[in-house]
Formats: sequence, C-alpha cells, structure tokens
Amino acid sequence: MATTRRMVLLGGASTAGALIVGYALWPSGRIARADKVMGSAREKFVTNWIRIAKDDTITVIVPHGDMGQGIFTALPQMAAEELDADWSKVGSEIAAPDSVFANGALAEGFVAHDYKFPGILQGTIDNSFRKIAEFMDLQITGGSSAVRFTGVYGLRVSAAAAREMLVKAAAARWHVSPDECSTKNNRVLHAASGKTLGYGELATEAARYDPSATPRLKPASEYKIIGRSFPRGDIPPKTNGTLTYGIDVKPDGLLYAAVKASPVFGGTLASVDEAPTLGKRGIVKIVKTDDAVIVVADRFWRAKDAVAALRPKFNDKGNGHVTSASIWTLFNKSLDDGVDSDVDTGKGDAGLRAKGARIVEADYRVPFLAHASMEPVNATALFRNGKLEVWAGTQDGLGTRAHCAKIADIGMDDVKFHQMPMGGSFGRKGQWSPNFLNYAVKAAMAVPGKPVKLIFTREEDMQQDYYRPAVVSRFKAALDDAGLPTTWSNAYTTDKKANDEAHIIYAVPNQAIGYKKIVSHVPLGQWRSVEASWHGFFVESFVDELAHAAGKDPLAYRQLLLKDKPRHLATLNLAAQKAGWGVRLPAGRARGIAIFESFQTVVAQVAEIEVGDDGALTVHRVTCAVDAGTAINPDGLKAQMEGGIIYGLSAAKNGEITLANGAVMQSNFPDYQVVQLADDPVIEVFVHNSDAPIGGGGEPGTPPIAPALTNAIYAATGVRIRELPIKNHSLTLKDRQSAGL
Amino acid sequence: MTVRLKVNGAIRDLDVEPDAPLLWVIRDELGLTGTKFGCGIAACGACTVHVNGLAQRSCITPVSAVEGMDVTTIEGVSADGVTPVQQAWIDHQVPQCGYCQSGMIMAVTALLKTNPKPSDDDLKAAITNICRCGTYPRIRTAVRALTGQGA
Repeated sequence: MATTRRMVLLGGASTAGALIVGYALWPSGRIARADKVMGSAREKFVTNWIRIAKDDTITVIVPHGDMGQGIFTALPQMAAEELDADWSKVGSEIAAPDSVFANGALAEGFVAHDYKFPGILQGTIDNSFRKIAEFMDLQITGGSSAVRFTGVYGLRVSAAAAREMLVKAAAARWHVSPDECSTKNNRVLHAASGKTLGYGELATEAARYDPSATPRLKPASEYKIIGRSFPRGDIPPKTNGTLTYGIDVKPDGLLYAAVKASPVFGGTLASVDEAPTLGKRGIVKIVKTDDAVIVVADRFWRAKDAVAALRPKFNDKGNGHVTSASIWTLFNKSLDDGVDSDVDTGKGDAGLRAKGARIVEADYRVPFLAHASMEPVNATALFRNGKLEVWAGTQDGLGTRAHCAKIADIGMDDVKFHQMPMGGSFGRKGQWSPNFLNYAVKAAMAVPGKPVKLIFTREEDMQQDYYRPAVVSRFKAALDDAGLPTTWSNAYTTDKKANDEAHIIYAVPNQAIGYKKIVSHVPLGQWRSVEASWHGFFVESFVDELAHAAGKDPLAYRQLLLKDKPRHLATLNLAAQKAGWGVRLPAGRARGIAIFESFQTVVAQVAEIEVGDDGALTVHRVTCAVDAGTAINPDGLKAQMEGGIIYGLSAAKNGEITLANGAVMQSNFPDYQVVQLADDPVIEVFVHNSDAPIGGGGEPGTPPIAPALTNAIYAATGVRIRELPIKNHSLTLKDRQSAGL
Repeated sequence: MTVRLKVNGAIRDLDVEPDAPLLWVIRDELGLTGTKFGCGIAACGACTVHVNGLAQRSCITPVSAVEGMDVTTIEGVSADGVTPVQQAWIDHQVPQCGYCQSGMIMAVTALLKTNPKPSDDDLKAAITNICRCGTYPRIRTAVRALTGQGA
C-alpha cells in the first residue's frame, strides 16, 4: 500500500544560534494547488524538527502526544543514528512548532524535490504549518504513524541532512573537502589531520548551508543506536507522581467544572432545577449549552455534586427509542438490501452458485466499545481579552488548537495550546472526538479571565464517548476438493467507506468483498487499531472455520494459503513454533492461532486457554510474533504488543457498550469489565525484523487476539463464537452438552 | 469548619467539608496531583494512598475519616525520591502512559510491607488496580525480581 509522500526540508538557525533542520510532509501526491489543500479534510500533514544547540545537546522536537507509546525514545533513536550522535546528549520534547521559531526567523533554505508546492507554502515558510493546520486534518499522533511516517520519511532524512551540514561547516573551517571528514559521537573528524569539532560548536555555521533532500542514509548494517532497547526517558517521572497530565494542570486562579450531557445522543437540554444549588458553597456559574449543563465551581467535587443536584432533564430529539437490538436490526436489514462492491476478482462470488459447490457461511458481529482510558477526558481553558489558552492531553496539538479556535470563533493566532501527556487515549483524545474540548471552552467563555478545568466523571467519560463502531460482517466461501477456498465473499457494514482492512492476505482466486455504509445515532470515533479491530476478528475467525470444515489443522491451513507471502508465513511460523503448536497440552487446554497485518506490521498470535466445566475461561498464555520491518527499540515494541494484546483481550472477553432508550447502559468499570492482574495471561513477544518498511507499533497487537482466543475456545469446546464479547456465551459443560458438543 | 490532616508528615488545617473526598482534597487543596482520579467509586485504584501504612482508595474516603491519621501519597512515599519499588519499575520499564502507576506503586508498596515475598497468586489477589495500557506482565516481573524470586 505505497503512498506517495511529498516533503519539504527546511533548515536554519534559531535566534539562539542553534541549528534547526526539519521537514514538512504530506501524504498525497494529488496536492498541487492551494485550493485542493484547503478542500481536503483528510490529508495528513506532519512536521518534525531537530535542534542542535550550541551546548552540544540534540533535541528532537516532536509534535506528537505522549500516551505511553514510547515514541519519545524511538524517534530520537532514529535521529541520533543518522546524526552519529552521542546518545547521552539526545533528548526530546513535545512542542508546538511555533515555540521553536519564536521570531519566525527561518532561513529560506528549503529544498524542492521535483514536485509543486501548494501555494499556501510559498513565501510564508515561517508559521506555514500553522496556517495549514487551519485547513487540514492534522491527525499527527495515531494511525501508528509516528515511527513509520515521521521517523522513516522525515526524521532520518532531516538528521542525515543535518549531519551533512555539520560536516560542511567543519570542512569549511579546516579548508578541506567534506569527503575527507567523518562523524562519530557528536563530533566531526578529519582523520588526516586529527582535527575534530563538536556539533555544538559548529551548529550556527552549519545552519548557513542548505539541507539536502537526498542525504546519505545509513544501511542497517551500520546501525549502532537503532535496534537497541534503550531505557525510556519518560518512565522515571511516571513512577513518582511528578508527571503533569492534562488533568493535573494548575494555572493560577483555577476553577473547576463538571458536566452532564444528554444521555441520548443528539438530545437537547430541556431544564435544570437550580434551587438545590443556591447558596451551596463554591458554586460560581451554571452554564447551559444546547445539549448539556455545566457547573463551574471552586472545587471539582462541589461542581460534580452540583451537577447531580440540578437533576437536568433532556429532550431526546427522536432517538429515545433506539436500543442495541434495533441497531442490529437496522444493520442487518442494510446488508439484506445489498452492498457496494469493493473487491471483485476472478469470477467474484459466482462460485457460490456453482452446482454441487461446497459452501461454508457464517455471520459475525462486534459491539460498540468505549475507550475507557484511565485518565477521563478533560480540558482546561482560559478565555481572556478575546484570546484563548487551553491545556489538554490530546493526540494532535495543532488540530486541537485549530478546533478550539473554531469553538471560540476566534483566529488560530489567538489560541495558545499546551499539549499535555495523556493518561491513555487509544484514539479518544483529539478534535475528532471534541466534546471535552467544546465544553471546556464554553465554560471558560462563561467566566472570562478565569481558567476552568473541566473533568468528565467516569460515568460521563463512558456514556459520552465516541465509540468503536458496532459492525456486522457476513461471509460465504466455496471450498475445493482439498478444502481450500476458491471463492471468498464478504459483506460488512461500515460508517464510512470501503475498509482496506477487509482485504485478505490469503491466496483465494475469486473474491467479492462489499460494504454498506450505515450509521445509527451513536457517535463514533477512532479506537485502537480502528477497522483492523473488527476485520481481524471476522477474517481470522472465518478462515479458522474453513480450516475446520476442511478437516485441516488451522496452522497448516493458513500455511497453504500464505505460501506466496513469505513475510506473513515467517511471522506465523515463528508464533506457532514459540507457542509449541502441535505439542500436546494438558487435558482441558487448547490453542488458537491468528495472523493479521495492520499499519504495515504483521502480527501472529497463539492463545493458550482453558475452559472449565463451569464455563470459566482462563487465558494462560499468549505467544506473539511481530514483524514491524525494523524494530527501532525492541523492548518498546514488545511493550506495545503486550499493551495491544491486553487491550484487545479486555474487549474480546467483556467489552460491550449497549443501548437502551437511546442511551448507553454502562457507566463505570464494574459494568464495563477490563482485564486485571488476576486474569492477565503470560505474554511472550518475539520481535522479528525483515526488509519490509518500518511498520506501526501502537495498534497492530490488538487485531489478532480476539480471533486467537475464540479459535482456541472452539478447539477446546466446539463452541464457535461469532458475536463478541465472549461473556455473552455460555461455555458451561452442561450447555455445551445440551448443544450436542 | 476545619479538618486537620497529616499528609506526608505535614499537618494542615483545611477549610473543607468533613465529607469532602480525600482524593480531591489532596489534589486540589494540597496541590499534590500525583494521586489520580480514575473512577470515583474505588473500582480502579488510581487514587490509592496509605493511611497509617495501609493502602486505601481516597476517592471514597471522606477527609473526616482520616483526621488524626498518617496519610502518605506517592510524593511522600520516599525520602529521596526513588524507593526500591520505583527503581524496579524503572529497571523493568513498567509504565506506559503511567497514569495508573502512582496507585499501583502505592498498592504494591503496602503489600510488600506485610508480605515481602508475594507469590504470583498473592499478587493477583492483592493488586486489583486497573491498568488500561497492559503493564501487568511487567509489574509481575518487576515484583518478582525485587523480592528475589527470580524470573
């Protein structure tokens, strides 16, 4: 799935004399004119900067958010490698890019590379990415993209370009050719004369050179920093309570706010009963918006109690009848009415109608899911003299800032945004899911001159989420005499357009994959691994069903279908081998296997489980093999696999958001159970590098776990689970026997 | 009305309601934001503090209930900033987003005072804090290593 990247390299000096090299890049080859830039809402624009200061320290300035994914170590590793830096002198910081160019003093040393600039970039390089932010979707963190896009396409090039600029500067000082120089550990060396100069000393002079858009990049054989599991610098503050998350900010004069929004999505606020709050200590203001009531108070608990005391009433605006059952009915009917074709290869699904065809069919579905990060959504906003200052943990600093400007109806230049580390996000915290930002800004505008920290209770966080969609997916396959599929047919619901993640890696000559766009009133958002989170379950469950229909071992079956995919085959075999696939298990235990590629990373998992006669499910062990091309920080990648597996495991076992009377029924952890230490399996991750381009790390661990688990349950019990979560299915011996298993 | 609290060894007289939640008093009256809010109903453990050395969830604890007792938060759990548990957390690269870890470390620290060599089963029974980033495997590894119980 190659994407054309367009890149601009910029280099110059900061006002402090530091060398700064950075790039701006955007993914689409189609951008040629400013009007296309402004018209497209889905283009992604990424910037990254490296600063080499006169004190010899190197800072990678990363406009990505920290949600624990380890990129504040992995990205600097990539830069440090190409720079031949001294790792002990390399650090990173979150930044809004403007802070780097405080006076907008950028030398116009950019390099064009056989493409046309969007008009918007010409002439106003300083702050140009700010202006672009107003027009483009700036999903800068997410899509498991930090390492594979930022790192690969920009950061390494910028670092290598900076290195060459430093060499040129040293060579000029020594009156030698740059070819006679080398670099090592933050220094430029001239072997013939023995002279050396440090990067810090050279920084200001180096900034006078133009960065090359095609510097020499190191081959993997020369890596000294990439591929090492350096300890993460963000970890110590996360062990002693000193890290300030969005929820922890404390600007002077801080007020607090709590909110209750319409439980039925799309509903409006009808009335509140202010009487119980009159004279109550600390209440500053009651703010009514069209769909919510907010109480601003001097302390959070007083605001929260007041919101409850107001007993707000809402009009449901017509969606008060919606239930989970009605949504399933709606989705199923939409598929019954026919789908739009996405994939149609060979004879499509004609093979399903061939005489004597051996057909296997199965329908699947997955429910809405909440994100349930440990830090509930929150934002702090200060509106003063027509300007806004906002603090929030979000995955996209520039995009959030642009969004807040829109809510306040002011220019982006009048908004200052502080991007804070997040206590988890998994796709929740950003302007694509903006309710927490909207309420915070509105509360702040109601009490100008005073900062307001608006925090969602856990109940509001769970009931006012932007959910992982509920999806229905139907499969049919025709098998040949050997039991292998010759026709693969799949029809699924989607909230947008065709999902690439429904495309299968398996060699099936005739495929018909279609989709139907259908939505309910439930707000939808991005959830860890997005479309892969459902297609992984669907595809790997159905392939498993085909294997069993063919009477073949699920691993062997997949091996046959992946014989032309060496990378996938290698990853699958690694997981199977490490899991001891085929080795006899104690009675009552069974294994299930699944493999899925997402965000350019291939992950295979084997779940080893046990089902008791009482139906209790124990997940003993998960073996995971991951091929992300090159693992920049292998231990960091392992941690992301562990996290992705446990996140998906919670969803598979118990995750379900249901609706009654148009509103979400779940409200807190007791009715939205998640994996805890007591039911956490042993997880073993095996990192396997290959020549593939670097793939993502944050999300690809999640898609395979649900099907690995349900495939294992089938192997153990004969119960085939096609509708998640697992808790809705009885696995008791009694019920299995009644079902004839 | 004032409530007298002793937090991290320091005595403070606070003008708050007796039923004000200890969690929010710690965070917003005392400015100690290391103790976190996660659920408000003692289901997640992010708000865990020590009261007279025992782990307690502060979100449902009214301040009046801890008058006269020693309350310790993550900020006060060590004299010099790095306890053996915290060092083990760093050595084994436990945290991801880190938000649950104050409560997790407080819970584990309290457990180790009464059970210096907890088995895996002991740990599972005692530590019910929720982590959404999935750091449980590393928590087990870190505790095992710290308590000399090997891999």
